[in-house]
Amino acid sequence: MALIKNDIDFMSLKVRRVTGSLSFVVIVFFLITIAVKGFQLGLDFTAGTLIEVGYQEAVNPDDVRRQLLDNGFVDATVATFGSDRDVLVRLPVADMETSEMSDAASSLGIEVLEVLSANSSTPVELRRSEFVGPRVGSELTEQAALAVLTAMLIIMVYVAVRFQYKFGVSAVAAQLHDVIVVLGVISLFEISFDLTTLAALLAVIGYSLNDTIVVFDRVRENLRIARSSDTEYIINHSLNQVLARSFVTSLTTLLALWAMFIVGGEAIYSFSLSLIVGVSVGFFTSLFIACNFLMYFKVSKEDVAVLVRDDSELDSTP
Amino acid sequence: MLNKFPLWKNLMVVGILVLAFIYALPNLYPDDPALQISHENDPITEVDLGMATDALRAADMGWFGDEINSNGGLIRFANLEDQLRAKALIEQTLGSGYIIALNLAPTTPGWLRAMGASKMNLGLDLQGGVHFLMEIDMEAALTRRMENTLSTIRQELRAERIRTRQMSVTGTDSIELRFDDEASRTQARSLIREGYVDLLVQARERDGQFILDLTMTPESIQQMQEDTIAANQTTILSRVDSLGVSEPVVQRQGVNRLVVQLPGVQDTAQAKRILQRIATLQFHLEADVGAAANSYTVYDYQGQSIRVDNDVILQGDRISNVRSALDQYGQPQVVINLDAQGGEQFNRVTRENIGRPMDILLNETRTRSVFRPDENGVLVEEQESYEESRLISHAVIRAALGREFVITGLSQREANDLSLLIRSGALAAPMYFVEERTVGPSLGQENIEQGAKAVAIGYLLVTLFMLYYYRLFGVAAVTALAINVVLLAAIMSIISATLTLPGIFGIVLTIGMAVDANVLIFSRIREEIAAGLSPQSAIDSGFSRAFGTIIDANITTFLVAMVLFTVGSGPVKGFAITLMVGIITSQFSAIMVTRLMINTFYGGRQIKSLSIGPSIKALPTDGPNTI
Repeated sequence: MALIKNDIDFMSLKVRRVTGSLSFVVIVFFLITIAVKGFQLGLDFTAGTLIEVGYQEAVNPDDVRRQLLDNGFVDATVATFGSDRDVLVRLPVADMETSEMSDAASSLGIEVLEVLSANSSTPVELRRSEFVGPRVGSELTEQAALAVLTAMLIIMVYVAVRFQYKFGVSAVAAQLHDVIVVLGVISLFEISFDLTTLAALLAVIGYSLNDTIVVFDRVRENLRIARSSDTEYIINHSLNQVLARSFVTSLTTLLALWAMFIVGGEAIYSFSLSLIVGVSVGFFTSLFIACNFLMYFKVSKEDVAVLVRDDSELDSTP
Repeated sequence: MLNKFPLWKNLMVVGILVLAFIYALPNLYPDDPALQISHENDPITEVDLGMATDALRAADMGWFGDEINSNGGLIRFANLEDQLRAKALIEQTLGSGYIIALNLAPTTPGWLRAMGASKMNLGLDLQGGVHFLMEIDMEAALTRRMENTLSTIRQELRAERIRTRQMSVTGTDSIELRFDDEASRTQARSLIREGYVDLLVQARERDGQFILDLTMTPESIQQMQEDTIAANQTTILSRVDSLGVSEPVVQRQGVNRLVVQLPGVQDTAQAKRILQRIATLQFHLEADVGAAANSYTVYDYQGQSIRVDNDVILQGDRISNVRSALDQYGQPQVVINLDAQGGEQFNRVTRENIGRPMDILLNETRTRSVFRPDENGVLVEEQESYEESRLISHAVIRAALGREFVITGLSQREANDLSLLIRSGALAAPMYFVEERTVGPSLGQENIEQGAKAVAIGYLLVTLFMLYYYRLFGVAAVTALAINVVLLAAIMSIISATLTLPGIFGIVLTIGMAVDANVLIFSRIREEIAAGLSPQSAIDSGFSRAFGTIIDANITTFLVAMVLFTVGSGPVKGFAITLMVGIITSQFSAIMVTRLMINTFYGGRQIKSLSIGPSIKALPTDGPNTI
């Protein structure tokens, strides 16, 4: 029994007005979400201090908050992390000014641990502590934006050179679509956005692109060998051919990601969730959206005519 | 269409696999917690090692495999707790001059080590430790440099009897010299042009004064920044060494930053104290009873107020060596040696002042963040350095002191810190912390376990699916996938890349994505069978026709991973590395290794059907494939 029926006639482009409109609505919705809600930026971008401690027995975050307040940490946010014995304390940058307990902002983590240890009958273990200075924070933000833009640009150039500029622009448009959806989900569900989330976002771009390239590759091959000049038919047929592969690859990737999501716990929650969303959306995009752009740009046989020697084509001659 | 590799190709694939297994093997041998014992000057002998092990035996503590190697003595322990307890014990037993570093000793068999095989490095998020990003205050360094330049210019002009009206440092990189007459200025100008090639000299006149503006050339500023960061790196490295960390990293990042990574360090506060402080000692006498109020400063010492004379009788830069030790009663003390000139000077002063108390001041230059509102009222962070002076010793001079003397009455930690600080010297420019990340050892261990579990479960799920969907071909694919993980571990070990937690997740993602190449190939084979090709031709055609697609799809992903590697830092870089290496290895395993297995099974014989799951229905005859 096959998971994907082999004889389905999957008419992606027949419904392109529907999928196109749907995707448009989704994009607009997420753009509004991002504009209204913004992001829960992680420590890497906001700067500040974060410390995670492990208690030996369950602890009430309110008690911890009060202990910190009594010791002058007025702006501390306290939350349990994973289990009710692990506590995460965050201090914004501004808090450091009022703290007279330390001479360097970066010592705050140690101070917090001392306060918590003094107020607990059992030992409090430092699991991790992080301090990011304001300048580093803003630099990391710049780097993050730069990374996404560079990745997009490189993709566009590579695909334009390897295929043709219409394919390049379509590929990037499809990536942009995925990035917006993933960012939108991160914003909507208030998932913390830090450097690892950024890594996930770039991995999504890489993955989804992989899918799109496979589709484009088949479209190009079919455009070259087909007698018919009915582009819509050729693209639709190509999509039918790669459907099973796209499905299987997305499924295996998602299986691995779910393993990570379930085992990895809270620490990489944002990372694995962004990837799961991204891979799922990427599957949809490569089948329904990427080729819409090809149609929009009126891709034709002439665009992919073999002008330069193409090794992959030569190789594939039986 | 026989689907057989030529012999050389088979041998090549098998050869690569054997090498991969060998070089991935060391990762299966867990390290022993160990202590590395070394001495500042002398090599470690059997006697030293014997003292250490005797102390362990006396304290009834377990250890094994004590040996002397090229780095000094090494003692192994069964667990991390023993290691920590033993460190304190051995430090006490051996005393000063010895450096006891926490270490992880490899248990790799000798023949593997002889082949140069070693483990991959673990990132701080996996083994625990501290990561600091320190920024050098280049402006301060520049200003200091200009002040030095000005004072040498002043001396030279004086020596040449060139009269000046005013000389001052006017910016971070400029000096202004004012003269009353043009002749002096011309003289000064030629003097400076000759002696100071790193300065741009410009003349101008204002209010009847003749002025020379000296600014540093951009090249010399750049050179100075290079020198400063290199000097700071050396100093920080020597301070880190004194902390007893086994494999510290002190790396430059950008033009003015240093990354300091201290694996296994648990006492962050201590590490920061040592890295940050600049300490100098000053020796003073206690003020006379009737001394004028402006000739002394009052310090607090163990609850009493001490009036310390402002005149310095000896500067700390006369100190040639310093170490902490225990005196005959087991009390901590710091032994200080002076250079010849300092010894003479000190001897003279102390001889004249027997019976009078002498005070030792410890001056520390430290930096702190302060927040001040800028013109828009927004709080901005500024770094400010300040001097903190502390009276650390107050004792009556009993006899004339010479080139060697001791400071007593300190706690063990104070004695250690003090000797470390004085020894590790001063920084070329002030530095402050702009980023700090600490991971506790238990979290590191948990991260490793979670990562390994994610890899195992991910692999299992993918395997189940592939076997179900592709049957015998699925077996080939998941075998290739397992080989892919081994290859990845081997390459990471060979290039001694650092494995981080995101790096492990990169491996999980690779497991999910690496089968893609096989999926592409197998889908093609199914299509070819549906199109009526014989099984043997279908295999060959499937592999070759999918090849172009696989390369295109992976190069783009590789490019994205490269972007991630370039802009990312720390853990993110780790993710990018495994992703990149994983893409490369999966090409080999999915294309070559799978092909080899399928060739071995099906190649060179007549077959009727392939075990590759249900075949695809023939293409519609009116479709574009009918040519």
